[in-house]
Amino acid sequence: MIPGETAVISGFTDELISVKLLEMGFLPGTAVRFNFTAPLGDPICVSVSGYDLSLRIEEASTISIVN
Amino acid sequence: MAAERKIKIALAGKPNSGKSSLFNKLTGLNQKIGNFPGVTVDKRTGMCQLSENLSAEIIDLPGTYSLYPRTLDEKVVAEVFADDNSMYYPDKVVLVADATNLKNCLLLLTQLIDLRLPTVLALNMVDLASKSGQSINVNNLEKLLDIPVVMINARNGTGIDQLKSILCSPQKPCDKIIYQPDPEIMPLVEKVKKQFKLNSDYKAYQFLQQADHLVFLSEAGRHFIRSLAKENNFFAYKYQGAETVKRYEFIQELLNKVIIRSSNDGWKKVSYGIDKVLTHKVWGYVIFFLVLFLIFQAIFAWAQIPMDFIDKTFAQLSSTLDNVFPSGPFFELISHGIVPGIGGIVIFIPQIAILFAFISVFEETGYMSRVVFLMDKIMRKFGLNGKSVVPLMSGWACAIPAIMATRTIENWKDRLITIFVTPFMSCSARLPVFTILVALIIPDTKIWGFFNYQGLVLMGLYLLGFVAAILSAFVMKLIIRVKERSYLIMEMPTYKMPKWSNVGYQIIEKTKAFVFEAGKIILAISIILYVLSSYGPAEVMSRAKESVQKEVANQNLTEAQIQDRIASYKLENSYAGRLGKTLEPLIKPLGYDWKIGIALVTSFAAREVFVGTIATIYSIGSSDDQVTIKQRLKSEVDPDTGKPRYTLAVGLSLLVFYTFAMQCMSTLAVVKRETKSWRWPLIQLSYMTTLAYVSALIVYQVLK
Repeated sequence: MIPGETAVISGFTDELISVKLLEMGFLPGTAVRFNFTAPLGDPICVSVSGYDLSLRIEEASTISIVN
Repeated sequence: MAAERKIKIALAGKPNSGKSSLFNKLTGLNQKIGNFPGVTVDKRTGMCQLSENLSAEIIDLPGTYSLYPRTLDEKVVAEVFADDNSMYYPDKVVLVADATNLKNCLLLLTQLIDLRLPTVLALNMVDLASKSGQSINVNNLEKLLDIPVVMINARNGTGIDQLKSILCSPQKPCDKIIYQPDPEIMPLVEKVKKQFKLNSDYKAYQFLQQADHLVFLSEAGRHFIRSLAKENNFFAYKYQGAETVKRYEFIQELLNKVIIRSSNDGWKKVSYGIDKVLTHKVWGYVIFFLVLFLIFQAIFAWAQIPMDFIDKTFAQLSSTLDNVFPSGPFFELISHGIVPGIGGIVIFIPQIAILFAFISVFEETGYMSRVVFLMDKIMRKFGLNGKSVVPLMSGWACAIPAIMATRTIENWKDRLITIFVTPFMSCSARLPVFTILVALIIPDTKIWGFFNYQGLVLMGLYLLGFVAAILSAFVMKLIIRVKERSYLIMEMPTYKMPKWSNVGYQIIEKTKAFVFEAGKIILAISIILYVLSSYGPAEVMSRAKESVQKEVANQNLTEAQIQDRIASYKLENSYAGRLGKTLEPLIKPLGYDWKIGIALVTSFAAREVFVGTIATIYSIGSSDDQVTIKQRLKSEVDPDTGKPRYTLAVGLSLLVFYTFAMQCMSTLAVVKRETKSWRWPLIQLSYMTTLAYVSALIVYQVLK
């Protein structure tokens, strides 16, 4: 994804992290927007469920998306 | 008049929901900070008069998104709500929700309802929500959830009275069940429920989910649950995920019915605009370093004024007491041991208050999470975490609050490494030692007419400490193996103006924690040190006066000079002095003599004692005046070589030693408290001392 792009969450590839992500509002079927990255390319800032979160690339990559 | 009744009310909610503001509004200054038993999580409680004959003890629980804990702080929340025999088990819960982001806040609410806890939903920041074009139908929400809902503004106090009156009226737990554990595990849940005589399926399910976290369970109880889970192949995470999805389905449906939205993201746009600058590739770091510089400036320059004042006041108090009290060991202990000991604690208050003023302003405005965002990648390379930045920064003021600030780091390994390396950051107690030694050995001249040599060396020492911290972290990253994964899933709140009263409360709270937690130890140590350095074998000490008088008989000294000589003689022959002499062979390779040895011994508990000890041992008497000390040290001659004792080599070796050595009992005590064992502080002590010794040895041997 590139900054500013929006996608829909379809699932997770890592069960352990998914529990935390779900709690924070990353639900399958909801839209997520990639806002911007930190200056060094990691972590990134995304919007989901109406608010902003920061995630490491490593964590973000466990979220599967469809466009 | 009816008898006074007292109930317990817990405040719960996610971080940044305004829980603390509400707590401050409800309790005012009527609050206490303590610890939850067994864990080092701050427990904030306070009293609130709800009505004429009903008062409430309010407990401010750590912010959490759900009952499934990630941090130490969050574990406490699950525990408080699961144990109805606990002294903290609340009669009622107020769930504080951020109305601008309701969805997220309601997750915990649905769990509380399933635990059958009488819960009141307090919608905070409704004004902000309506500004962004969102309005909430409260009546509908109340009906659908079957619990009381109040709109409040925790910042200005709107709705607080209504909340109080709702809390006064009796409330039955809600009978609604939002999430029913999966049918395939219901038999297990039933068994747990029966075994522990629980009142809800969900509580039994929680026992099953996190038996290991709930410390109140007996070993037998835990064993029962564990073997039950094992027999039935119960895999906790699988169900947690499913539960969260189910709950959000319910919440989404609920919100569709109560939120009327018109899109207006005005403030968000402004907030993004600010983010563009503050997290910019170049400007983000430039601003961050400017902010760091400002903090530095505040801690070292501005704090100096109140610190000098405190220093003078206590010195005066000490000498006044000396004159007022009759002589005798007990009164001397008060005026020379206890009063300066208390002064040694109070003197750090300005720096700690200023540091936490900055930190809490950053937290309030939302800048803190941007700092974490900026620094995470760099810090991670060294086994740290974006969240380690704050503790490391705080380390420049004092390692004690800095180590307390590591609690926000979820990952145990990251947290441990941060705790371990924080004492390398040059704290303010090292400053007096640095200043005097730098002034002594480095010429006060300018390089290129601009940079002052002394200033450069001082800055170099701070850098040296920082580099030691980072490199040690890197080494520890390679050594410690922990399975637990490191997360950085963190909310980035929109920018807000800080609420100044919250900043004030935060300052008071942290300062109190320092004074009472660390202060006790600092005081105890300074008394012990006083005794060690004033008392020695009786016959030698009692002859002190005679011996000195004999020695100086034909030297024509003034009475004051003789008194100083006696003090010096006494210190030399005290227990501390003897220890210094015993150490001499060990520290000789570093270029130190027994006099420096004594100073090392006394400053083992707290570095700043170095200056005072040096003053006494060189018979400068009670003078703490740096110029006097400097001149005296300059003229000190090494009897073996006939040259000045404090050469560049000795001075630098001492500076390096003080940069690396763990000479702070209070820090060790705090580390012990935070890691809950003596193992880590002892490793830290031996590691830092070894590093200090070896580096000082190299510096001296190379430069000699």
